Amino acid sequence: MDFLSSIDWYLILTSLAKTVFVLIVVLTMVSYTVYAERRVSALIQDRLGPNRVGFPTTLLGTKKDFSPFLGGLGQPIADAVKLLIKEDFTPAHVNKFYYWIAPALGIGSVVVSLAVIPFGSTFFGAKMVIANIGIGPLFIFAFSSLGVYGIVLAGWSANSKYPFLGSIRSSSQMISYELALGLSVVPLFLILGTLNLSDIVDYQVKHGWLLFPFIADGLHIPTLSQWLLWIPVAISFVIFTISMFAETNRLPFDLPEAETELVGGYHTEYSSMKFALFFLGEYAAMIAGSSLIVTLFLGGWHFPGIPDGSGNGGLEILHAIPAWIWGLVNIAVFFGKVAVLLLFFIWVRWTLPRFRYDQLMRLGWIFFFEIALVNVFVAAFIVALIPN
Amino acid sequence: MAYTVSRPKLTFWEKLYLPQVLGGLAITLKHFRKMIAGETKVIMQYPEEKWDASLPPYYRGAPALVKDEKGRERCVACQMCEFICPPRAIRILPGELPAESKWAKVEKFPQAFDIDMTRCIYCGMCEEVCPEQAIFLRKDYAITGYSRDQMVHDKEKLYEIGGTLEGLVFKWNPLK
Repeated sequence: MDFLSSIDWYLILTSLAKTVFVLIVVLTMVSYTVYAERRVSALIQDRLGPNRVGFPTTLLGTKKDFSPFLGGLGQPIADAVKLLIKEDFTPAHVNKFYYWIAPALGIGSVVVSLAVIPFGSTFFGAKMVIANIGIGPLFIFAFSSLGVYGIVLAGWSANSKYPFLGSIRSSSQMISYELALGLSVVPLFLILGTLNLSDIVDYQVKHGWLLFPFIADGLHIPTLSQWLLWIPVAISFVIFTISMFAETNRLPFDLPEAETELVGGYHTEYSSMKFALFFLGEYAAMIAGSSLIVTLFLGGWHFPGIPDGSGNGGLEILHAIPAWIWGLVNIAVFFGKVAVLLLFFIWVRWTLPRFRYDQLMRLGWIFFFEIALVNVFVAAFIVALIPN
Repeated sequence: MAYTVSRPKLTFWEKLYLPQVLGGLAITLKHFRKMIAGETKVIMQYPEEKWDASLPPYYRGAPALVKDEKGRERCVACQMCEFICPPRAIRILPGELPAESKWAKVEKFPQAFDIDMTRCIYCGMCEEVCPEQAIFLRKDYAITGYSRDQMVHDKEKLYEIGGTLEGLVFKWNPLK
């Protein structure tokens, strides 16, 4: 009975609660990102998009169905129900084991990578990050590159030419952009001196957001070295964001599923919920990527003037309100920032056409890789030569 | 003969690509903003808004039978429309008027008049061929039903769509 007394119940229970919370928020966000994608794409193309499905409150006895805001907010639920009750068809020619395991890999790796994201400051003293580990970004890179196994296995096990082509493209694309992705954030670690994402956010609260060095807790005038370091940080931001587009297979880098060339790409042979898992994984990867961008460059949960979850910082007047409310506000700020980035992802998707395959490779290997490499040295020189 | 298409010469600014991307984003944002502000008006919310008002006078919708101003049916069951109908959508069961009837000289009337709307192609030949001006193409276009049986318009339904049409009808003239 000795080991029972050594179990840290507080850690287990808070971690469980945080995990459930993150999963619920992220999965809801995924379904509404799909809705936003459809509405925004429609509005960009001078259409209206899904604006019909509301919530059938007439079943509960109200006069009219509840269809708030722009309408169509019930669409994600209807879509999910449709995908769940569709026939789950497994073609005879597939390799069953890998065919079944691929969608799980696709979404599993993404969901795991969400564990290290600090999605809020503190809430009743508990740090709002599921796993506060010292290798945050490396952990995310590791798992997001595991995600490519889902795609490769899907394409290979489907035993059909278009999915196979899609998965081959996906793996080569992943390799060429992972390099730039990893290298582009090295300057940040040179500046911050830590790989712990919570510490990175804390640094930005004190010294200004990396991309906007003048936004910090209270009035903050960036130092000379911060001004100079802004250049490599901005270059990092551009490369990192674009590589994130490639990493999550979003247009203009959606060659793995290029509808016009490869039917549906790697998930051509999938149907019903197995297809939906790929879909879910793709959008969850967008959210994970956006969260990482927000955490690294845009100050995480911090918003100027708003105190953190233990009631420190921010405007003096706001300290009168209980600190746990600010803990919730911090979480809302974080997901708000993520939502804005997701909208940007959607906006870009409906603006740019797809790259040709050789252009994609050229961009990855000849431009981004080299620029990111030079950027590391530039940042290193600034850090070394100009004292803080 | 093969010929070479010259590639467009790009300026340095265009070769940078990112400024062009921003330009593209500005264009899509413009469309987005105009839709949000309601400046783009290309959409009709179909079931709520209909285009009935802007239908041209020659619009060919569902075929229907018409009655005259006294509520008498114009059709004499001559079956011309039934024979001309290209998809054979019309079925008429002619009936004979009894000899003691006041209108015995008209001789026939349709006992049953069915138009299968799953077959009708809205060509308007029935209207063209009708000697009594009894069948017309109205402006109804949303013909729906839950079964094939419901898609067959019987005489009652046809008169309901058609309504009445005023004008001289020779067959009701006792002097002719």
